[in-house]
Amino acid sequence: MDLEKLRSDFPILNQRVHDRKLVYLDNAATMQRPDAVLEAMDDFSRTTNANVHRGVHTLSQQATDIFEAAREKVRDFVGAEESREILWTKGCTESLNLVAHSWGLANLNSGDEILLSTMEHHADIVPWQLIAERTGAVVRPIPISDTCEIDLDALRAMIGAKTKVVGVKHVCNATGVVNPVKLIGEIAHSVGAILVVDGAQALAHVKVDVQDLGAHFYAMSSHKVYGPMGVGAVYGRRELLESMPPFMGGGDMIRSVSFKGTTFNEIPNKFEPGTPNVSGVIGFARALDWVTEQGLDAIAAHENELAEEARAALREISGVNLIAEGREKAGVVSFTTDFAHPHDLGTVLDEYGVAIRTGHHCCMPLMERLGIPGTARASFAAYNTNVDIKVLIEGLMKAREIFA
Amino acid sequence: MLSELYQEVILDHGKKPRNFGSVAEPTHVAEGFNTVCGDRVLVSVAMDGDHVGEIKFTGAGCAICMASASLMTQMVQGKSSVEVTELFDKFQGAVTKEDAPLDGLGELEALIGVRQYPNRVKCATLAWHAVKDALAGGKR
Repeated sequence: MDLEKLRSDFPILNQRVHDRKLVYLDNAATMQRPDAVLEAMDDFSRTTNANVHRGVHTLSQQATDIFEAAREKVRDFVGAEESREILWTKGCTESLNLVAHSWGLANLNSGDEILLSTMEHHADIVPWQLIAERTGAVVRPIPISDTCEIDLDALRAMIGAKTKVVGVKHVCNATGVVNPVKLIGEIAHSVGAILVVDGAQALAHVKVDVQDLGAHFYAMSSHKVYGPMGVGAVYGRRELLESMPPFMGGGDMIRSVSFKGTTFNEIPNKFEPGTPNVSGVIGFARALDWVTEQGLDAIAAHENELAEEARAALREISGVNLIAEGREKAGVVSFTTDFAHPHDLGTVLDEYGVAIRTGHHCCMPLMERLGIPGTARASFAAYNTNVDIKVLIEGLMKAREIFA
Repeated sequence: MLSELYQEVILDHGKKPRNFGSVAEPTHVAEGFNTVCGDRVLVSVAMDGDHVGEIKFTGAGCAICMASASLMTQMVQGKSSVEVTELFDKFQGAVTKEDAPLDGLGELEALIGVRQYPNRVKCATLAWHAVKDALAGGKR
């Protein structure tokens, strides 16, 4: 991986913040997009823009072809069997809401159990809570250890005939921990429960194979993997998607409409009413291609090297506590300090041009479990360098000087 | 500038907050919660007639939030609820507007550095919202 050449694909990185070179370490919040993605989206808007699945005219057909080719790219990237198992959404949050509402309302009954790991993102907790309220189902947290390991023995003890859903993140956004999703899936399958995976943080860092993982549903966000915001997808097993009622109604999701009744389109269209974010979808697919061009393994190796370097440097600073030490992690270094609150660290680091995320990372139950108000999180992408780590440590030393 | 934000007074009150704890027999309580960051300040007040007799706070948050809560408890001591509201308005003006008057702010002036950090203004005003809510109706 030629880092200098790779960085030149990201002109946004060439700017100064507070008169320092920008050090972007907030990649778990959103990643920057390479020129290739911006150009693909721009090119569509300038040359091909037309509505999809609607017209007989040339541009509409071209737009439809590109749109469906993008679906095939996502299918290939995550190892789904058929491209119609990939539904476009606004992102992971909508993906998880779609599953909870459409599958959940049709399949959950009073007393059924939805087991979610304690480290789940609010986007994987709240939709299920809303559906639980309406169906009488119960949401129960799966315990985790002090180092953010899902307690599989506890899961085995909790799971039973009432368990209908097991929900887990593939990679934890707050800590970077990679969860043993396949193993969790096997436990879920043993009682006939479905496995719903929040893949937001995984796509850019670890190889995803939805069939090998045993996922019934797998949620994705484009902007967490070098693509644009406001677009994502959810993989769902064909037989489930076919049996599920629509999530939202509108044009393109119907076969025929009359005031006496409406029949619905086949999947994936059944779940995609209205004009989709076509340029977003194109950007998403181009971003996945970009990752493949660089090599996901090469990117992951580079990020892990940087993360290890950062952890080694942080361990040398007294008063710094690393979160989830000893666990397999991807793309994230999360920590607290004895001398400063995460927000104060964030403000000091910003003065050094360093962008990190501080706070609860939309994982309040996880923070409560760890007994901390929040963490400081540096998260990595293909374009980060050793210099970024040096500046991060320089800023932290300044924070220690101010607060300790 | 960091040195304007994190002045000695702030660092001192942030590390050693004054009036930290709970009033034994409060007449008014309220909690301030910043949903963005999870910072939390619980203010308890024992009114002596129309004046603040005793005021304490507990909670967890950043240096700005803790220092502001600490300074707030010192500044509102002995004030009537009308005077507390006046001070709240003056303080909120000072941390959000460049040319707001600073007279009467006393040690609170140390916090006006947050003007340069719009995403930290909430940290500085959380305890003030809590005390205002407490006096406005958070009776126990």
